[in-house]
Order: sequence, then C-alpha cells, then structure tokens
Amino acid sequence: MWDYTKTVKEHFLQPRNVGYINDADGVGEVGSLACGDALRLMFKLDDAGRIADVKFQTFGCGSAIASSSALTEMVLGKTLEEAEKITNQDIAEYLGGLPEQKMHCSVMGREALEAAIEHYRTGKPGGQKKLEGRVTCICFGVTEKDIERAIVENHLTSVEEVTNYTKAGGGCGGCHGELEEIIARVTGQPPTEKPVEEKPRKRLTNIQKIQMITETIDREVRPALRKDGGDLELIDVDGNTVLVAMRGNCAQCRVANFTLRDVVQAKLREFVSDELVVVEDQP
Amino acid sequence: MTRHVYLDNNATTMCAPEVVEAMKPYWGELYGNPSSMHSFGGKIRRNVDRARSQVAALLGAQPSEIVFTSGGSESDNLAIRGTLEALAGRKRHIITTRVEHPAVQGVCHYLQKQGYTLTELPVDNDGALDLDQLAQAITPDTAIVSIMWANNETGVLFPMDEIARICKSRRVVLHTDAVQAAGKIPIDLSRLPVDLLSISGHKLHGPKGIGVLYVRKGTKLVPLIIGGHQEGGKRAGTENVTSIVGLGRACELAQQHLGQEMEQVRQMRNRLQEGIQASCKGVRINGKVRLPNTLNVSFEFVEGEAILLLLDELEISASSGSACASGSLEPSHVMRAMGVPFTAAHGSIRFSFSRYNTMQEVDYVVEHLPPIIDRLREMSPFVGGHQWNGTPLPDHAH
Repeated sequence: MWDYTKTVKEHFLQPRNVGYINDADGVGEVGSLACGDALRLMFKLDDAGRIADVKFQTFGCGSAIASSSALTEMVLGKTLEEAEKITNQDIAEYLGGLPEQKMHCSVMGREALEAAIEHYRTGKPGGQKKLEGRVTCICFGVTEKDIERAIVENHLTSVEEVTNYTKAGGGCGGCHGELEEIIARVTGQPPTEKPVEEKPRKRLTNIQKIQMITETIDREVRPALRKDGGDLELIDVDGNTVLVAMRGNCAQCRVANFTLRDVVQAKLREFVSDELVVVEDQP
Repeated sequence: MTRHVYLDNNATTMCAPEVVEAMKPYWGELYGNPSSMHSFGGKIRRNVDRARSQVAALLGAQPSEIVFTSGGSESDNLAIRGTLEALAGRKRHIITTRVEHPAVQGVCHYLQKQGYTLTELPVDNDGALDLDQLAQAITPDTAIVSIMWANNETGVLFPMDEIARICKSRRVVLHTDAVQAAGKIPIDLSRLPVDLLSISGHKLHGPKGIGVLYVRKGTKLVPLIIGGHQEGGKRAGTENVTSIVGLGRACELAQQHLGQEMEQVRQMRNRLQEGIQASCKGVRINGKVRLPNTLNVSFEFVEGEAILLLLDELEISASSGSACASGSLEPSHVMRAMGVPFTAAHGSIRFSFSRYNTMQEVDYVVEHLPPIIDRLREMSPFVGGHQWNGTPLPDHAH
C-alpha cells in the first residue's frame, strides 16, 4: 500500500472541482487510456483575466486524482501568468508530498495546466499536449524536452528518478541508455546508476532473423495493438529492412500521435538487431 | 456490517486458529533440534516427520519426496536452478509461459541472461495455453518445463495432467508452481507424473516463510543451500520446526476441508461475479477455466488503484493488476499476455476467497462496489460523451 499523506487521501476522497466546462476558455489534455492515466483540465477566465472557474476530469490512480484536485485549488483566482509559474514540485508540496514513484502524477498536472494555457493563447482546437522534438521513451511517448525539464526542475540524477517523474523508461526499458546520456548532459555528472551491460549479439542468419522478428511482433507488439482495434502485418524482410503494414488504429493512444512505426522499430531493435529499419508499406 | 472483508486470499491467507495452536509449543518449551541424538531432539524430529506426512498426504506423495523450504519463491528457484545445475550444462533450454509468477519468470529471465535459451509459451484471450505449442517447443536440448498449475492473478488453471503427459512422453523434467492450486483443488501426485512441485504455507492458511518443494523420487537436483544433511541433503540448515509443524497442520486441514471448501468458495465467487455483472456496465471477466475461489474483473475506463482505495475505505481488501497498484507503470504481465485491452487492463480487480468468507460479505461488496465504479467513471475524461484529443469516444457505461 502506498504511503499517501492525509492531504492526498482527502483530495482523493473528496476531490474538488470535478466536472466539465462547456464554454471553457482553455482546455488541456494529457495522458491516455493506454498509458494508465489521463487528465483533462479546463478553465474559464473572468473580465480581469483571472481563473474564475476550473474543472478537471481524471482517469487514474489515487495520487493522479489528488494531484488534479490540488491543482484546481491552486490555480483558482490566479492570472495565467501567475498560474504558469506552478511547478510539479509545488503540486506535490501542496499535497504534503507524493511517493517517489508517483511523482509523475504531479508532472501530469503541470503539463495539463500548460496545455490549457497554450490552448487559450493559441486558440488551436483540442488542447492536447503536443509532442515536441525527439521522443525518447516510445512506450509512454515522453520527449527529450520533457525529460530535460523534469531533470532540471526536480534535480534528478538517476534513471529510476526520471522514470518516477516522467514515466520515461518504465516500459520496455529500451531507452535507459539514452536517459543516462540525457542525465549526464543536463547535470554535467555521470549517472549514479551503473549502466546495464549489453550482451553482444550473435550474427543472425536470414531465417533466424525473420523468425525472431515474427516472434517479437507476436509477443511485444501485437497483443497490445489487437485488442485496441489495431493490428500489424509483416510483409517482407529485405536485409535489415522490415516491411510492415499497419491495420486498424490505436486512436486513443498518445503514442499513436507520432507513429506506430517507431514502436515496432524500437521493439525489433531491442529484441532482434540494432540495425533493423522498419518501413511502413503504403497501400 | 463494519467487519473487515478480506477478499485477497491469493495474496495471503489467515493463519488458521488450529495452525496457530499447533505451533505454539514450538516457540516455547519444544525448542529441541531435530538432528540431536537426545530424546528431547528426537521428539521434535518425530513431529517434523509427522508434518512431512501431512503435507505428503495432501499431495498424494511419499513423505521422503517432501523438501521444506522458506516458501514458494525458494521452491521455484530450487526446482529450476537445481535441475539445470544437475544437468551441468548438457541441456540449456527452458520452457515456461508468459503468465508465470515472478518467482518463476524472474528466474527464467535471469537464466536467459546467463546464456540459457528460453521459450515463453503465449496464452490466448481466455488465458489458456495451446498444448500443441508446448509439444512443438520441446527439443533434445530442453532441460526443464516450468508451468504454473493455477494463475495467481486470474485463477486460470492449466491442464496439468495433459502437460505432464506431454513432458513424460518426451522425457523432459516438469516443474509446476502449484502455490495457488494446493488446498484449492485436488492434487494427486501418485497419478500425475509431475517431477517437481512448489507450494507455499501462507497461501493455504499456514504460516508465512515456509514452503515445500515436492521432488519425485529419482529426480536429480543440486541444492541451492549447501552445508548440512537436512531435507535429504536438498536444503541445508536447521529446520524451521515451528512453521513446518504449522504447515503440516494447515495441509491436514486443507485436505479435510477441500471438497466442501471448493463448493463453498465457488458459490460465493459466482454470486459476486453475477452480482457485479448485473449491476455494473463495461465489465469484463478475465480468464475462463479458473480456480473456484478467484474472480478477476475489469471495469472499463476506470483505474484499479482508485477502486482499491475506495474499497479500502469500506474495509474491503482486494488487489489489482493495474500499473499504479503494482508500483510499475504498465499493467501486469498477465493482463498483457492475455491481450486484455488497455481500456480494461488498468481497471482490473482481483477478488479471491477462502473458507473464512461468508455470503454476507459477498452481498456487502455487491452493494457497495457499483457506486464506487460510477463515482470514478463520473470523474473519468473518457466517459460522458466528450471527445478526447479531438476523437469521439465510445459511448460507454453511462
């Protein structure tokens, strides 16, 4: 059982400002069903430009709901300039602290707030948080920028901490090496964790390679896709080029916002060979 | 009703009062070492032997085939690593499934990193294995097949008699993690050619920190813990006498209660399942052919940990395969292996019964669970007909 503070429990059991604003000025959406938590934050401004009404809807665990509820209390009555200064640390502190592994809930809150403010300022529909720049963690769709920011704002020094705060690296683990490089670059320090030793891979025959690709797709990719209305077909393997066709969709998954090809490629590189390139068959 | 409703018996069980009673003298006056030559130690020895016979009786085994360990995890480690070491590298292929308990899965993944080859058999949407795939996976290099008897998360039962027949005909050592099966369904190793079988004390109303590895006579095994003659040389160290006596009594009780208990927990489980299906929308039952005591149910568009916390407020204890509840970020490997959709995997709740539960408790849960689900769905951005990320969402549950 998680050690939630009294404030977390209280906000979870009696969440403030749950609901939907039909004529909201700003809407921010982060997360997805696939990722296990999602938050929609909506606000309405008064004539003085202060947040007069704020509502949230959250799919997620106790600390995700509590973080969302706390955030609404924190922003109410603030101008957008004041609100955008709120960091994930502020949200966690407001709650009297969150378990380390749950810090990503506070980050989700801050991201939703930013997305909502962005939506208000640009007027672009949707309000979904944008994926900007390189995506480091494919499993959870976390960008290099997101990771750098979490490291700086929260003084993170290990891969485990980065996972706790951003979820990056919490799925297949294929990006751990990259996370270490980012930590080293941002902090100017070598990571505190010892890098995992990679075993050198044997050279594969073509038949072995095709078999391993099929197995990896069946095991790592297909089960997740299929039940969400998507599927993937292996068309051909030519040298290191893997030709696949995507079927159906995975519309609710944030990951699908960039491309499923990246997911498949990352999995195949992890389990089969670093040299594989996945190409999508265009019908 | 204000009483605590404990429906997490696949995690651990209440130590039976008879078991506690049986153990008491061994914390106090009966402290002798069973290996001693004096009669004070000899008396302890006889009681350890009696416990061994009680365990053997539950399993349809010979007392000499019972090795006491520190629990299910040690038994699983000893079975797999001990078998491989006995083969001294002559065979290097392991077959298991994708839904094993971490005590088996973790060992297999570790051994894979050490250079062993590993086949993890998939399961279908019902959690079932395709036994043709097992038969096809066995090669002359296969050292051991380790397949659980009953799944801890879903209660799904694997057909151990057919699995054993396949392994026997191919002369491959078969280990089964029967931690969830023992005491819940009949096990008769005098008829079933399983070579190694793990059980755990605290899953069948015995104490924690004690388990058993059944080792069929003639099965070659190198011990993990070396440095003493105890347990036929298969597990060194002075016996955990108190817990062994407790486990023996627990197995005796399990045997006495088994027939009636299976029916009793089945009725309670079914009543809960039907009650939930009748009162909640967007519900999915995970797993088909199951232990009589287990119900794994997914509530779409809500998250499992949040359900557990609200149940906990009502003093109902259950567990979840959701990511958040487990402390990892992805839903359980069992849910993923079964292809349970993300919409449902994050909202899976496991209720597991024992003979100490009552129908009144079931009714209490059936009464209080639907409002919890409604409350969380009202809070969910995926319910209520609004779009998410510009995409219309399925009209659901409202």
